[in-house]
Amino acid sequence: MPQNESIIADNVVKHFGDIKALDGVSLAAETGKVLGLLGPNGAGKTTLVRILTTLLKPDSGRVVVGGLDVLRQKQRVREIIGLAGQYAAVDEILTGRENLVMVGRLYHMPRHIAKQRAAELLEQFALTDAADRSVKTYSGGMRRRLDLAASMVARPNILFLDEPTTGLDARARIAMWETIRELVSDGTTLLLTTQYLEEADELADLIVVIDHGRVIAEGTADQLKANMAADFIDITVANPLQVAQASELLRPLSSEAPQTDDQRGHVVLSVESGVQSVAEVVRLLDGEDIHIAELNLRRPTLNDVFLSITGEAIIEEEAKPKRRGFGRRRSA
Amino acid sequence: MSQHSLTSAPAKALVPMAGEAGVLKHLWWNFADTYIVMKRNLMYFVREPQLLIFATVQPIMFLVLFTYVFGGVISFSTGGDYINYLMPGIVIQSIIFASSNTTVGLSLDLSRGMIDRFRSLPMSRAAVLAGRTAADTVRGFFTISIMLMAGYVIGFRFADWGTGLAGLLLAVAFGYAFTWISATIGLLVKDPEAAQVAGFIWLFPLTFASSIFVPTRTMPDWLRTFAENQPVSIVAGTVRELMTGTVNPDGIATSLAWIIGIVVVFMPLAVRQYAKVASR
Repeated sequence: MPQNESIIADNVVKHFGDIKALDGVSLAAETGKVLGLLGPNGAGKTTLVRILTTLLKPDSGRVVVGGLDVLRQKQRVREIIGLAGQYAAVDEILTGRENLVMVGRLYHMPRHIAKQRAAELLEQFALTDAADRSVKTYSGGMRRRLDLAASMVARPNILFLDEPTTGLDARARIAMWETIRELVSDGTTLLLTTQYLEEADELADLIVVIDHGRVIAEGTADQLKANMAADFIDITVANPLQVAQASELLRPLSSEAPQTDDQRGHVVLSVESGVQSVAEVVRLLDGEDIHIAELNLRRPTLNDVFLSITGEAIIEEEAKPKRRGFGRRRSA
Repeated sequence: MSQHSLTSAPAKALVPMAGEAGVLKHLWWNFADTYIVMKRNLMYFVREPQLLIFATVQPIMFLVLFTYVFGGVISFSTGGDYINYLMPGIVIQSIIFASSNTTVGLSLDLSRGMIDRFRSLPMSRAAVLAGRTAADTVRGFFTISIMLMAGYVIGFRFADWGTGLAGLLLAVAFGYAFTWISATIGLLVKDPEAAQVAGFIWLFPLTFASSIFVPTRTMPDWLRTFAENQPVSIVAGTVRELMTGTVNPDGIATSLAWIIGIVVVFMPLAVRQYAKVASR
């Protein structure tokens, strides 16, 4: 067994009834590195995390975490991993401190150690001021930080974060990235799932792209991008009604048909060399009296990568918090 | 795990490893984990004032309404003081309804990912359910204690304190058995809103088609057969006997058999469902 890989999934298959959630997924996270598992909703990311963290049994395949067989040594695996799931799994009625002490106690730490560790974590995650308030009063970002803190109670060497920033606003997301970077700087192995391409790009050493339960691409962010057309030109035309015309006009400049968005007036063109093509783009559009509202030259993003592999874009909209909205706690 | 030698040193000191612990230590952890989960669940009760008020006011309201609205009519057929007939029955009803908290509580924990968190920890697997059922039993006990005090004010008396308290204990044990049914339902239903209904809808036929509020004499035959032989009536009857000073060994034996039977059937069912349940 390779000793330099802390997380190994080997040909993991999982069905839910007729639905094939995982269709033979294999991946490996090098010790001390961050593996980003990237894919749209329903790709099988969470299912794989649940299997790797002992919560779910695969139909077949081999899963090794920290050198331990996950299927055979569940409790021992639980001692060495930390998990922060898709929902901030913290108790609303308890204070932040109480949540962390409870988790520490459930790791069978002596009470004074659990308390001391809770205080350390509250400090580390900038929650000291809110430590003795009930979690109900916390913002989304604070809850996530507390959830992350809870997954760090036992100082795990191997950490799983399932969509750690889903549902957070941009500012809280960037703050969370900073926190995650600090966490892994000391050699923690991290498997992170995300549907944000930017997030995988920012945090991951290695990216595994999955869709419909299969690995469809793997590599560093740069490697994935290198397989793409060299440059992209994003054009916004002033009159969205001219999108089709513009697209037609620019078609000869690229080996692929431009992507268009009629509503927003977007035309995206992939080209060999952006700098050389920009002048041509402007000249062509200008010649037909199509006004350009905005024009950007850029390197391919992971979104382009995903689009070129699957033919579908990952929708980069603000992901809605998936938690069901029930305010009532209890009646009858 | 040589690759971890640098970073795992503090973790070893921090968390006791199960592999290195003996049987007694594991046994102790089972209790400790259950206690921690129970305490956490009771916090909901202590920190949510409306829960506390609801748990106190509802049984008192039931007691007062039944006593004064139906009491006059029903006294004819019970042949005595209705409050002494009603009280043990309403104690059973309250503790059973309190047990339906388990359904809602578990489904909430599931939907909020708390169960996943617990399951990802190296804690006792039984503790999440055992702590939950224990906490809800404590709540039930609290509720019926309030109720008995209120009953005392409006004229209820234990005929004999010894047997009366035995009756109270029997009622609590019955409630505990029911929390395991509720736990099973909660883990099957999963959705918190559905659990609100699923948690107690099945309790209505059990509590009303019973001898809790009225003697079964006037019911149609088919209903009477059910009402006289179902566990709620049997246990309520035994509790009533104990609270009114009668010791009926047969009734006690049958009641205990029901309590043990329910636990023996539903505890493994709940534990099995817990092991395989997925949060979503």
